[in-house]
Parts: sequence; C-alpha cells; structure tokens
Amino acid sequence: MAQEQKQPRRSTEDEEPVDAGPAPEGAATERKERLDDDIDSILDEIDDVLETNAEDFVKSFIQKGGQ
Amino acid sequence: MSGRIAAYRSAPYARPMSVRRVMGTETEFGITVAGSPTANPMVASSRVVNAYAASSHRARRARWDFEEETPLRDARGFEMSRQVADLSQLTDEDLGLANVILTNGARLYVDHAHPEYSTPEVTTPRDIVVWDKAGELVAYDACRFAATTPDPDITLYKNNTDNKGASYGSHENYLMRRSTPFADIVKHVTPFFVSRQVVCGAGRVGIGQDGRGHGFQLSQRADFFEVEVGLETTLKRPIINTRDEPHADPAKYRRLHVIIGDANLAEVSTYLKVGTTALVLAMVEDRFLTRDLSVRKPVQSLHEVSHDPSLGHLLELADGRTLSAVQLQWEYFHAARAYVDQRLGADADEQTLDVLARWESVLTRLERDPMECASELDWVAKLKLLEQYRQRDGLEWSNAKLALIDLQYSSLRPERSLYQRLVRAGRIERLVGDDEVTAAMHEPPTDTRAYFRGRCLDKYAEQVAAASWDSVIFDLPGHESLQRIPTLDPLRGSRAHVGDLIDASPDALSLYGALTR
Repeated sequence: MAQEQKQPRRSTEDEEPVDAGPAPEGAATERKERLDDDIDSILDEIDDVLETNAEDFVKSFIQKGGQ
Repeated sequence: MSGRIAAYRSAPYARPMSVRRVMGTETEFGITVAGSPTANPMVASSRVVNAYAASSHRARRARWDFEEETPLRDARGFEMSRQVADLSQLTDEDLGLANVILTNGARLYVDHAHPEYSTPEVTTPRDIVVWDKAGELVAYDACRFAATTPDPDITLYKNNTDNKGASYGSHENYLMRRSTPFADIVKHVTPFFVSRQVVCGAGRVGIGQDGRGHGFQLSQRADFFEVEVGLETTLKRPIINTRDEPHADPAKYRRLHVIIGDANLAEVSTYLKVGTTALVLAMVEDRFLTRDLSVRKPVQSLHEVSHDPSLGHLLELADGRTLSAVQLQWEYFHAARAYVDQRLGADADEQTLDVLARWESVLTRLERDPMECASELDWVAKLKLLEQYRQRDGLEWSNAKLALIDLQYSSLRPERSLYQRLVRAGRIERLVGDDEVTAAMHEPPTDTRAYFRGRCLDKYAEQVAAASWDSVIFDLPGHESLQRIPTLDPLRGSRAHVGDLIDASPDALSLYGALTR
C-alpha cells in the first residue's frame, strides 16, 4: 500500500522542476533529449546483435520460392 | 462409419456474427545454414522437422493421411487436371518429405523448400496468436534439436521474401458456409485485402519482386501478387485464392484459403489481421455488405498502397470515389460496427468488441501519424527502427544495413531477433502470456477437433498410424486393417465431446471401442 502511494508522489516531484523551470522549451528539450537517449540506447543494443558484414549477409540470404 | 460414432455429437456452429470462426494459419519459414549459402534447403528443412519429431521420443511416428486432400479443386466449380497443374500444386502427393503431427494438433512439415508450421484449428483471433506464436517456439526448438553444435547452424526467418525474387507464404484459413456464393467473397473481400496491409503489413526494405528498387514498403508479399483470382499459390499469385479443399463436409462448408497476408511477429498485427478478416467474412456470409467497394485495377492498387508508407495514396473505386487505404478500411470498420450492433447488440462477446475497439484505435492513429502505432504494428515498428538508423548514421535506403535490419527483425533466434529486442525493451505490446504460448507448443486448443487429434497423439502415440485435419487412423491390436476415425466436422472432437472419453480410455483400443459402441 505504501508503495502504491509513493508512485504518484514521485511523478509530482518529477513535474515540479518543469513548473518551476526557466521556460517550457527547457522541458521540451529535456524530453526530446531523453527520447533521443532512449533511441540511442535501443540502437546501441541492436548494433551489438546485427550481423557484422551486412552486405555479405544480405547477399547470401537466398531462398527458393514457396507458396 | 461416422454415423456409428455416438460420442462424436454435433457442436453448434461457432457464432458466425462475430470474430469467432474455425480458422488457422500456415507459416513457411525462410531458412539458412550458417557458412553454406548453397546448402540444399529441402535437406536443411527436413533436418529441422525430423529433429523435432525425434525429440518427442515416440517409438512410432504417425504419417500424414492424404486421403481427403484435393488441392486442385477450384471454388468456382471445376477441378484442374493433374497434367496441366504445376508440380508445386500437387500438395496431396506424399513425396516422403519430413512431416510431423504435434500433440498441440499442429502440423510441422517440409513444404517445397521451407519448413512450415500450420496451427491447429482454433475459433478466436486470440487463439490464433497463441498457437501461431507457439509455432515460432516450435520452429526455433527444431533448429536447436537439429544442431550438432551448441550454436545452431540453421536459422529460420518468419518473413516472406529473400529480396531476390523468391517469396514464400503465410496463409490464413477460414471456414465458411458453403451456401455463400464465391462471387460475393471475391467482390467484397478483394478491396478489403487491397487495403488491410496498412494494418497488418510486416514492412519490407526493397521495392519490386527482386527488391532492386530502393525504399520501404508496407508489405512483404504485395509485389508478388499478379492476378485477381486464381488457383495458383506459387506462381501468378492471386489476391483471392480459389483452392476449394474444405477439410470438412463440402456440402456444408468451404475453406477460404487466404494467401495474401504477411508473416507477422507483432501480436496485435496478427490479432487484427485475423480478427478483422473474420468480421468481414461474417458480413459477407450474412449478406450485410450492400455497398460495392470495388477498387479499380486491384492488383496495381495493391502494389501502390504498399509502396506508400505515408498512407496518402488514393485508390479509385468503381463508384467513382477516391479513398485512401485507411479510408477504405474505415468503410469496412463502420459496416462491421453496425453489423455487430444490429446482430449482437449487448450480447456481443468480449473479443469481438476488443477487435472493433483496437481496429478503430489503430485506424484513427494511422490517419493522424502512423508512428503512433509503432508498439503494435509490425510495419510501423520496423519503419521506426529503420528511420532511427537512417537518422543516426545518415543511411540511404540502398544501404545493406537497412536490408539486414529488415531481415533480422524476423529471425527466430532470440539473440538475433530485432523484434525480440524491441519486445524486451518494452517497445512492443504483447497480447498473450509466455506461459500460455509455451503450453500451446504441446497442448491443443480445447474447442475444435484439434483437441481429439492432439490428445490421441499424446496419449496413444504407439497406436496412431496416421492423422490429418479430418482423420485419425489407428493401428489396433486384434484388427487386421487400420481403423480410420473421420473428424470431418471441425467443431466435433472438442474437450466437451471427447475429453472424458479419452481420460477414461487407457489405450487406443478402449477409446476406439467407446467411440464405435
């Protein structure tokens, strides 16, 4: 129960600096940066699993036709 | 003989005014062998299927029963002669290729040069998702079992093209009333299929059958469709396939064999693909669709819709209107909602309402900004990833890395699959739980004949000589000839009908005795 109450409070705390912040653009930039970080983190993760030689790998993927 | 099978009592037809219907999907997987790009794909496919069969440790392996297969019967009322048919159309010939019937009621076999998984018959779109996803796990396990090294050398891909001119299918099957004129299906379903790729396309890097054109398109399969209606599935592929092989009483039923869909990874894509199609078929059966939504030049339109991920392409309708593919989907959606309201009202089942709600929500957001559907629809999830790469690395559409991302999105190896990466990062919405998907690798659905088939294969493996969609054939002690139990009605043989009987029968002989008493 205590944990359930904690979450909304935390989100209010998160919003406070936005309200008190210098300008709305600051918040927007911050959001965008967070989004970009997010994108970068998934791309970094995917970079690690992509086959190393894209050209060769794609070229050698040859299938016979099916239905 | 079926008349004597007392326990096989008739079931009510699944509510045809909803998303409920007897249906199933088939997936042909792309296949590669590490380090040997020229490896024979039939041999590799057989290795995979045989390895899975061997892993179940059964002393006896049931054959596929081909007796009721008629792949050359045309829904328009004639039968193609075997002499003029392309060899690839003779799917009823036992070529000795690997073939296994699973305890979940599914079939895993080699079709042409690909391993193929056909789900058991189910009755809801959600169950399609469960048993279709189970098929991905079965296929991956098969690769692991086939490997002689810790790292499997064979990799399967749930996609539909090699981008060099070859395509392989993922089909849907819907049981329909025989009394529905086939011409009505062609008329109302063709525009639906031309436009539904905005919802259920899997996304593809490459334009044209050989993928030589640079760019992204909505569908893996669209460019491989060349005619409006036809019997073929491997060449001159038609938007509406006429194979009339119901695997059920042909006087009562037909099976609509849909060959135009993409293989989907995203659960919402699969769910909506099947759920919205089931609703449209219900409306066709009930003659609820009165407005003619025919599209001019449907084959060309299909390609044009696929080639425009901005979704702005306008289709010309036979009635003179011009609509985008999303707008055309809205026409079907509004008809479907009115249909469910009028026919079911407050009695509408939860899943039918859920399909309608999700369909409406997806169309609304596709119209506003397709990227809003990136956590639900395959093509949008894939395009978003590709655009992020293009942005970060400044890549042109001709860059091989983008083609690799397209390919690896569909890899069935968990550590290589980009789809799985997105799921694990919480960027793709799931509809079903891992536990139920894992269970569905072995357990059949309970509400169709797949239950009878699956349970028999599980409990009486030693005595099942062969099986198919519409039969289980026993080799029984004391009987000289094999005993065939027909399962021609897909809704008989459910747990409600035969569950107690199977539970109470310690061996196949006692089950057979109870069934034929």
